[in-house]
Amino acid sequence: MQNKNTEITVGMFVVAGLIAIFVLAMKVSNFAEFNDKEGYQVVAEFENIGGLKVRSPITMAGVRVGRVTNIRLDPETFNAMVTLKLSSEYDGIPIDTAASIYTAGLLGEQYIALEAGAEDESLKDGDILDLTQPAIVLEQVIGQFLFSKAEGDE
Amino acid sequence: MIETIRSLGRWGLGSFERLGRGHLFLVKILMGIPELFLRFSLVIQQLYSVGVLSVFLIIIAGLFVGMVLGLQGYNTLVDFGAEESLGVMVSLSLVRELGPVVSALLFAGRAGSALTAEIGLMKSTEQLSGMEMMAVDPIRRIMAPRFIAGLISMPLLAAIFSAVGIYGGFLVGHGLLGVDDGAFWSQMQVKTDWYGDILNGVLKSVVFGVVITWIALFEGYDATPTSEGVGRATTRTVVHSAFAILGLDFILTALMFGG
Amino acid sequence: MPLIKIRDLHFYRGDRAIFEGVNIDIHRGKITAIMGPSGTGKTTLLRLIGGQLRPDKGTIEVDGQDVHKLSHRDLYELRKRMGMLFQSGALLTDLTVFENVAFPIREHTQLPESMVRDLVLIKLQAVGLRGAHDLMPNELSGGMARRVALARAMTLDPMMIMYDEPFTGQDPISMGTLVNLIHKMNDAMDLTSVIVSHDVAETSEIADHIYLLSAGKVIEQGSPVQLKRSTSQWVQQFMQGLPDGPVPFHYPGNTLEQDLLERKDAV
Repeated sequence: MQNKNTEITVGMFVVAGLIAIFVLAMKVSNFAEFNDKEGYQVVAEFENIGGLKVRSPITMAGVRVGRVTNIRLDPETFNAMVTLKLSSEYDGIPIDTAASIYTAGLLGEQYIALEAGAEDESLKDGDILDLTQPAIVLEQVIGQFLFSKAEGDE
Repeated sequence: MIETIRSLGRWGLGSFERLGRGHLFLVKILMGIPELFLRFSLVIQQLYSVGVLSVFLIIIAGLFVGMVLGLQGYNTLVDFGAEESLGVMVSLSLVRELGPVVSALLFAGRAGSALTAEIGLMKSTEQLSGMEMMAVDPIRRIMAPRFIAGLISMPLLAAIFSAVGIYGGFLVGHGLLGVDDGAFWSQMQVKTDWYGDILNGVLKSVVFGVVITWIALFEGYDATPTSEGVGRATTRTVVHSAFAILGLDFILTALMFGG
Repeated sequence: MPLIKIRDLHFYRGDRAIFEGVNIDIHRGKITAIMGPSGTGKTTLLRLIGGQLRPDKGTIEVDGQDVHKLSHRDLYELRKRMGMLFQSGALLTDLTVFENVAFPIREHTQLPESMVRDLVLIKLQAVGLRGAHDLMPNELSGGMARRVALARAMTLDPMMIMYDEPFTGQDPISMGTLVNLIHKMNDAMDLTSVIVSHDVAETSEIADHIYLLSAGKVIEQGSPVQLKRSTSQWVQQFMQGLPDGPVPFHYPGNTLEQDLLERKDAV
């Protein structure tokens, strides 16, 4: 009897621990989307990616559609080659879609926003996005603003 | 002067000898593990006294640590208008650091000290010798099941601690301070990585589980077989485990998140 | 050929010599007592025979095998045939009396539960504690704990049993029970018994042969009758429990006068 109760409580303990890990996986972390092997990858070339990082979100009309999976420098053009992983749910994105890097709020993290194009053909795995707009670097903007102000005064 | 140097030397040699014995002890335990698969009921018995009896403490502690994180995090974040990031802050602090570390410290105090006292008592009442003379190897029969139980319990306890803590943070953040629940969970999901954060946290707690149980069992096994000796061994278990946990946590964090 | 043959045994604890050249033969089917004042390492001797300690020099052979040259596995096989009764009984405190006696059977055999039960009850019956099989060790008196431990030591039908101070701290009744039991067991089961003790009267009552140890050496050996007739003053002092003799009443040191005078100078 003693033994049976012990086994039951130990069983409950192990189940509780596994549930905790499951909750951490599904509710707290990005485990669910990480395992989405159905997604497809496209590459976008940017002049400047600012503070974009691997795992930064990709949105379309403000809706999450994917995540950055890789960033590297092209050795010839010296542009940043960013690999985007898009969820297979969204498989009808036009091939002439434009990608821009924005900042969420003034100090927030950077993300890629896609703007749908007009073509009938859809993006496929391995395609390259041509229309890109680089990240806005705050110091550059301020520098340009001051420069044009100074020129205007002359 | 010579006497001081001599005692220093004796202390050094003694420590090295103990360290060596401790490692041999671990090797012997590891060699005893395979046959446990045939007698898993021994491990279940120990999972009860090592794991189940610590659950209540872990849940309560996790809840309060999470609630405090919610309060303090909110007070800091609200200055930057970033209170929506409360979820991220709570989850990352818990999953990466506080979950594994605090639950390991509590585990050392609750289960580690109990293990040392139990083994020490068995030694001082000649139960271990008695077993040896009955041709039962106490390392395989007594130590190995407890070691495995510690190894299994620690990550489960740490996961329970983190999960409960995150709900504690959510209760305070959403229920008390009015952070939007959608923002709380979604930001958390975006920023908390399954491999990088959660699995690394679990890995940390596995390491802590091994180290605490090892220290606790060895201190008991190596205790001077008197009630005073067992008492001192129990204290040493808690102190050494705490040092080991905090030191290893730094090393593991540097390896996992430093690069 | 003796069952246990100890030759030129040396054992040191730190700088202190416990044994220096001890030779002992323990013969099959006999009760051999090893006696000596407290602190002469009698219990250490049992641990050396059981292979729990290693001698610094010399050999111990049990049933023709050198205990300290055996592999871990062979040593454990040998121990299955050696029973040992610890001074405290060394019962497992978290198991009942029944489970304690069943412990070696469950560890070493795959016997079905009904057979385990029969075996345990027979052994408990032999020590007169069948009715106590449901008790926990902390509910037993010291004498009862030793009897349970004796039942446990016999479950695997060993060839020999070693008793570590079996009579110490017992009231006269349980002392008598134990003396009787040890004697009966030895004859009925064709055991070889080794008793370590300093209780002269009880031990000489049942021992066939006695070794007297002191200061790391065998001082005297023989049957109880021979020892009582020994001309050695030391043996006489030990066997009769005289307060003063070759083993002085006073711990060695300065004379009382010297100490008193010194004290006076210091003040």
